[in-house]
Amino acid sequence: MADGSIGLWTVPLAVLGGAIRVSTPFLFVSLGECITERSGRINLGLEGTLVMGAMSAYGISYLTGSPWLGVLAAGITGALLGALHAGICSLPRVNDIAVGIALMLFGTGLAFYLGKPLIEPTAPRLPAIDFGWWSDIPQVRAALRVNVLFLIGVALAPILYWAFRTTRWGLLIRTAGESSDAARAMGHSVLLIRLRATMVGGFLAGIGGSFLSLFYPGSWNEGLSSGQGITAVALVIFARWDPLLCLWASLAFGGAAALGPALQSVGVTSGYHLFNAAPYILTLAIMIITCSPKRTLTGAPAELSITR
Amino acid sequence: MTTEAADPVEAVGTVAPAADAGFLQRHGGAIEYVLIPGVALVGALGVFGIFVAMFGKSPLDLYFYMYYGAFGTWFSWQNTLTRAAPLILTALCTALPAQLGMVIIGGEGALLIGALSATSAALLLQGMPPLIVQIAMVIAGVIGGGLWVMLSGALRQYRGVNETISSLLLVYIALAVLNHLVEGAMRDPASLNKPSTREIGAANMFGSIPGTDVHWGLVFGLIAAIAAYILIYHTVFGFAARVAGGNIRAAKIVGLNVSKLILTVCFLAGGAAGLAGMVEVAAVQGRTNANLAAGYGFTGILVAFLARHNPLAIIPVAILLGGISASGGLLQRRLGLPDASVLVLQGIIFVFVLASDALYGRIGFLKGKS
Repeated sequence: MADGSIGLWTVPLAVLGGAIRVSTPFLFVSLGECITERSGRINLGLEGTLVMGAMSAYGISYLTGSPWLGVLAAGITGALLGALHAGICSLPRVNDIAVGIALMLFGTGLAFYLGKPLIEPTAPRLPAIDFGWWSDIPQVRAALRVNVLFLIGVALAPILYWAFRTTRWGLLIRTAGESSDAARAMGHSVLLIRLRATMVGGFLAGIGGSFLSLFYPGSWNEGLSSGQGITAVALVIFARWDPLLCLWASLAFGGAAALGPALQSVGVTSGYHLFNAAPYILTLAIMIITCSPKRTLTGAPAELSITR
Repeated sequence: MTTEAADPVEAVGTVAPAADAGFLQRHGGAIEYVLIPGVALVGALGVFGIFVAMFGKSPLDLYFYMYYGAFGTWFSWQNTLTRAAPLILTALCTALPAQLGMVIIGGEGALLIGALSATSAALLLQGMPPLIVQIAMVIAGVIGGGLWVMLSGALRQYRGVNETISSLLLVYIALAVLNHLVEGAMRDPASLNKPSTREIGAANMFGSIPGTDVHWGLVFGLIAAIAAYILIYHTVFGFAARVAGGNIRAAKIVGLNVSKLILTVCFLAGGAAGLAGMVEVAAVQGRTNANLAAGYGFTGILVAFLARHNPLAIIPVAILLGGISASGGLLQRRLGLPDASVLVLQGIIFVFVLASDALYGRIGFLKGKS
């Protein structure tokens, strides 16, 4: 097989590969944020959580030699940041959006501080499963090298969808998000439910960060995440707080984010930076189309400050 | 000798009417607005000291070098004031929409677009008298930044898109537009390592305030902050904005044009940040390149929140945070702290300031009950 024989097919293949590879952090952050927002609180700090997760995963993987311990460490770091967010938000008259902005700055700052010695060394990466073994074309094989975290994320979306509908915990989270008075009347502490929901959300976002540093792009540096966390938070809004829609939206975003590098690989370099901004432009465009000033969004948790 | 001499002075100082219950009743609120952020700031510095101590550095050295690097010498004062200038302007970008109850965090994007517009204006008008070029740069910077943030306001008003998220997304889009133009259409072929636009020309630069190394951007910042204060607290327009911010239904019932208010305030907010970008080009960099994305827009958010969105309070707070970032270099050289330590401290301060919101109206002795 000569390289030229697939020619322009490189672009859709790379976009497909990107949809699988690049979408994973979007997927984890959006599923985590979905849980948090369903409980009636918005955590804009997940951008910082993502970067902290990436840094701690890389550090632990480097120190212990086990990338899976790194993933766990990233999750725990994320859960701690989530606990911090929920803790401050449970004080009276504190705005959750503002706390999210603060933790976004705090998380990225702390990650850059602690991650300074980690830019040089090489840490063990996460392994990939080769689903492209049947093909002779290197681009197809590259596109189908899939990480286990992606599969976990894909499985998690329907599980969450089911859990929100049928499990006790899912119902409690939704009750807290729809009417804190109702949850309180049932004898549950709304603050506690939201604390747990924010911690689980942070845990997932941290794991999303570990994917960035341990698989793709697969190194730690200060430019690792530029807005993927905040894009994923916006993604939850137009996914209508539905975990299954989060999955499709994340895949679309991964594909959009891979467009720039894919076009560059076939020699289209002129609009490189603009194509790199495709996920942000796409987010904004979809929000413009799907939002409306006249009614609150269908499926929006009633207690959410962002929709009130 | 010296301590005895100081005693009477101190005694005079403590005869202030602080113990008078009536005084507290009248001014308790105002004292709260100074005391509570102050306590939050001290708490944040304390936590940062502990954080630094965990890495084996002395907190006392830290505080000394922070003070020395920020306000210790005339040189460090000038450094601090130079950094405070863009912070005042980017803080206004968050503080003005906050009067309407909007949380705009896209000052960085407006700064970049303002810088780009100002540079374009200067490059188009090459050969014109410097004064005309400079005025054109100011206008272009304000309009560029203003329209950029007005977009977030319009999306919120006409499409119900959350302004916090849209303004942050626009930061990344602004950065992409800047990189695209700087590496493409506007690139100076001579800039090999760091793609940049052509220089605006030495004659068109703003220069320093006589007798100092502080550039004229500081004056722009001071004028903008004072103008914003007058606009918000002493004009009908500002009153209308605060009414709409307090209760949007009431504002509509009394016939206020809320759309116009939102668009105008967002334009002014973005214009301030755009002016910051213009100042960075016309007084510091001399051209546009990726160096402009230095985080002034994000630190500005912190300044606005710490100043509780009061334009006059923004001035001292911007100087304080300008000082913190000015001391970063010294901390790096003398204590071996990474440059990100300034970011960590800013993050801690931000968290403490927000948590301290819970304290308002709860400090017993300020209620004047005695």
